[in-house]
Amino acid sequence: MNSNEVIWRVAGGSGDGIDSTSQNFAKALMRSGLHVFTHRHYPSRIRGGHTYVEIRASDDPVRSRGDGYNFLLALGDSFARNTQEGAYYGNEEIKPLSENLDELREGGVILYDQGLIDVDEIPDFEERVEENNWHVYPMDLRDLARDHGREVMRNTAGVGATARMLGMDLAPIEKLMEDAMPTDIFEPNLTILREAADIAEAEFSFDHDVAVPEGSHDEEQVLVSGSDTVAFASIDEGCRFIAGYPMTPWTEVFTIMSQYLPDLGGISEQVEDEIAAAALAIGASHAGVKAMSGSSGGGFSLMSEPLGLAEMSETPIVLIEAMRAGPATGMPTKPEQADLEHVLYTSQGDSTRVVFAPGSVAEAYDQTRKAFQIAYEYQLPAIVIIDQKLSGENVNVPGSFFDREPNSDLGSVATEEELADLPHDDHGKYKRFQYDPEKGVSPRSIPGQEGGRYLVTGNEHNEFGHIDEDPDNRIIQVDRRMGKLETIREELNDADGSHQTAYGPEDAEYGIVSWGSQQGAVEEAVDVLLDRGYDVKAINVSDLAPYPVAEVEAFLESVDLALVVEMNASAQFRGLTQRELGAFGDRLASLLKYDGNPFEPHEIVEGFELEIVDDEAGTPQANTRILSAAGD
Amino acid sequence: MSAFSAIDQGVEIDANDFTPQQEPQPTWCPGCGDFAVLNALKKAMAEVGRSPDEVLLATGIGCSGKLNSYFESYGFHTLHGRSLPVARAAKLANPGIEVVAAGGDGDGYGIGGNHFTHTARENHDMVYIVFNNEVFGLTKGQSSPTSPKGHKSKTQPSGVAKDPVRPLTLGLAAGASFIARTAAVNPNQAKEILVEAIEHDGFAHIDFLTQCPTWNKEARAYVPYTDIQDSDDFEHDVSDRREAAEIMWETEEKLYEGEVLTGRYYRDADRPSYGEEKRSLGEIPEEPLAERYFDDEYEWERSADLLDRYK
Repeated sequence: MNSNEVIWRVAGGSGDGIDSTSQNFAKALMRSGLHVFTHRHYPSRIRGGHTYVEIRASDDPVRSRGDGYNFLLALGDSFARNTQEGAYYGNEEIKPLSENLDELREGGVILYDQGLIDVDEIPDFEERVEENNWHVYPMDLRDLARDHGREVMRNTAGVGATARMLGMDLAPIEKLMEDAMPTDIFEPNLTILREAADIAEAEFSFDHDVAVPEGSHDEEQVLVSGSDTVAFASIDEGCRFIAGYPMTPWTEVFTIMSQYLPDLGGISEQVEDEIAAAALAIGASHAGVKAMSGSSGGGFSLMSEPLGLAEMSETPIVLIEAMRAGPATGMPTKPEQADLEHVLYTSQGDSTRVVFAPGSVAEAYDQTRKAFQIAYEYQLPAIVIIDQKLSGENVNVPGSFFDREPNSDLGSVATEEELADLPHDDHGKYKRFQYDPEKGVSPRSIPGQEGGRYLVTGNEHNEFGHIDEDPDNRIIQVDRRMGKLETIREELNDADGSHQTAYGPEDAEYGIVSWGSQQGAVEEAVDVLLDRGYDVKAINVSDLAPYPVAEVEAFLESVDLALVVEMNASAQFRGLTQRELGAFGDRLASLLKYDGNPFEPHEIVEGFELEIVDDEAGTPQANTRILSAAGD
Repeated sequence: MSAFSAIDQGVEIDANDFTPQQEPQPTWCPGCGDFAVLNALKKAMAEVGRSPDEVLLATGIGCSGKLNSYFESYGFHTLHGRSLPVARAAKLANPGIEVVAAGGDGDGYGIGGNHFTHTARENHDMVYIVFNNEVFGLTKGQSSPTSPKGHKSKTQPSGVAKDPVRPLTLGLAAGASFIARTAAVNPNQAKEILVEAIEHDGFAHIDFLTQCPTWNKEARAYVPYTDIQDSDDFEHDVSDRREAAEIMWETEEKLYEGEVLTGRYYRDADRPSYGEEKRSLGEIPEEPLAERYFDDEYEWERSADLLDRYK
């Protein structure tokens, strides 16, 4: 935990503008020189329900949501359901305050809208405030908003009061509002913002110890999410075709691409279902365009079928799988990492796919670009797994990070000139699937190219693409397709930067292993553990297929015991690791979380201390589970 | 200069140019109606002057799915029911190519029914041939979406309890802008309808009656047939949706009473194709997208130039 930080939680109901309010506030903090990291929590509901966004801001870089939080702005829920004795929803009116108290740190600040929230309805509120040394500032934000504008502008009032309580300059907030709002909306908002700040200052003498730190950036920053960087990478790789069907949280990538593509001369297609979406990506790629699709767990299930077709037909496509809690509809707006096995193994037959799970917003950019490069060079599907956490978390990244060369290369495609020198049958059909090409990749031709016609099929086929079940042909073609994965594994190991991220002292005694979006929380936990004197390091794995055997093996061989941290109930990544390495069952314990909330660093610290340092000590707190190593 | 020089070359083409060296002889059963589709398609494609290198023939699964094994062109033998999404994306990516999709009645009206409905609705400029033999052939004779009510098969031992799908009515309701039915026993009409379908700027749905001599022996070989355009008993305006709907319904009823009606049922020549609609919205580039990847002069846009709103 960084003492020099603010973690501001703004809570209200869905449809109250919490998201845009927090987005602007995060930007203001970034512009004032701070590092920011946001975390969203929301229900699958259009109006009302328990929603919050956290913004962590610090003068040091921040890599996770942090532990708990220290400033609550409870706005009230304008769509709260009527309270009724015994009703399932309970008293929703007080939820923006009552639901958020458990994670508020000692000494934290509560600013709530007393126009909408009655603290007398909250059990033991006064006692808890006293016990935790919370500083409570009730303000009638709704009334203030009504006076100068409309009720919905109470968010602005909350932000104005927050800023003053945190000792933050209003100027960057005002500038953002001015840029984002039409004049007739901006003016009342500006009045409300300033007035709320002044009232807060006049009415209370602040006695809390939470303030926005001073910070500065070396260069201009941008506030981007994992969904943004996946889209940016796709654009920079020359992807100009996307097909999809809405599903949370995949919809974010789909939306961003759909907003940009028309201006970039690209095509976005919202289609009837996810089978069609992936099949359209295949069709577009077959016709010579860089194409992508994607979905979340349930929609990705439908893509299982076209995914296999892309493998068998050797058609390059990139698919995004934005995980959410499953099975079935699961918890649509909550993160989980339980689709690992689904993505690796779905679709019949032996699979030839590449799967990356980036660990951060920046890695999401790099690895999505790599996914396109591998897919098009090796003619196979590449899948990027993100989750509801990574897709929606906003962080600051230096603008120069994106100053890269675009790459529109279609990979292994023959031009008409090249086709003239490639083998054909006597009638001019191109030998598209040659037995022994370099790296196992036979160049594609594109419909409309003279001298390029060939057949491609989901059936096993011969060198011309015609259906062929001859055993010798079968073995050659399977070996060639599967062999590409070994070449890719080598290429990824040789790459100028491994996709795996190591952290901590190389010769440490203990390890923490994670995959995908848990990277930041694990690294922050390692920092705490090192501070406490434990000898520990971490590795976050992004290459899930082909698996980075040598790298993970070296890591595990160097430690006595490792804790595998993942957001699912069946330890899927630990299982994959044991399967790929054929060993280490007695060296891998698991820390699992599947309650719909991402790990906070302290949970990992606690799990490590309980299981690795002293496994007699007991069980972890209610939100996590431990699976001990074999024989333990 | 186009990277796809086969497109619109206007070379002289003979129907035999569409016979592949790899599989010149189809493996369909003797007497199968599928031969007629293949022959009609070869002749029609030669007549419109499209060459093998500028045609993409996407097929589904089943006996009909083998069509592109026996037809020389770019071919994509997809999965059961999935020819349409693959085909229509290829057309969007490169509108210059001639795209034809084909599959059986199970493929198009059953497992791929969702794609059929939406591809028709979108009115892509392409031809969709449904081989309608009222049975699942390759999997040995199970009842299909167009099997008549009461059709007995190994998986429907007491006979099908449901009414068959109405292919023409379905196409009309979904939004196809050209709808016809032809039959294997009527090769000239089949070829002519295919030529019209290829030349039509929109989604052309052809329900092609293809008798299955092996698994649907009780079914008619679709003779005798009546061409509704040639018969004095029928008169309707193919551009009139209501009249079309009426005669389609009658045609679908009559088939199960033993009378085979064929011909052109509906044509909306004014409706813009999906590509035109999207282009008018600025959602499809003027130049075929596929060309851009071969254009060394093109300055590819970068995300670095999109960052203002994130600052």
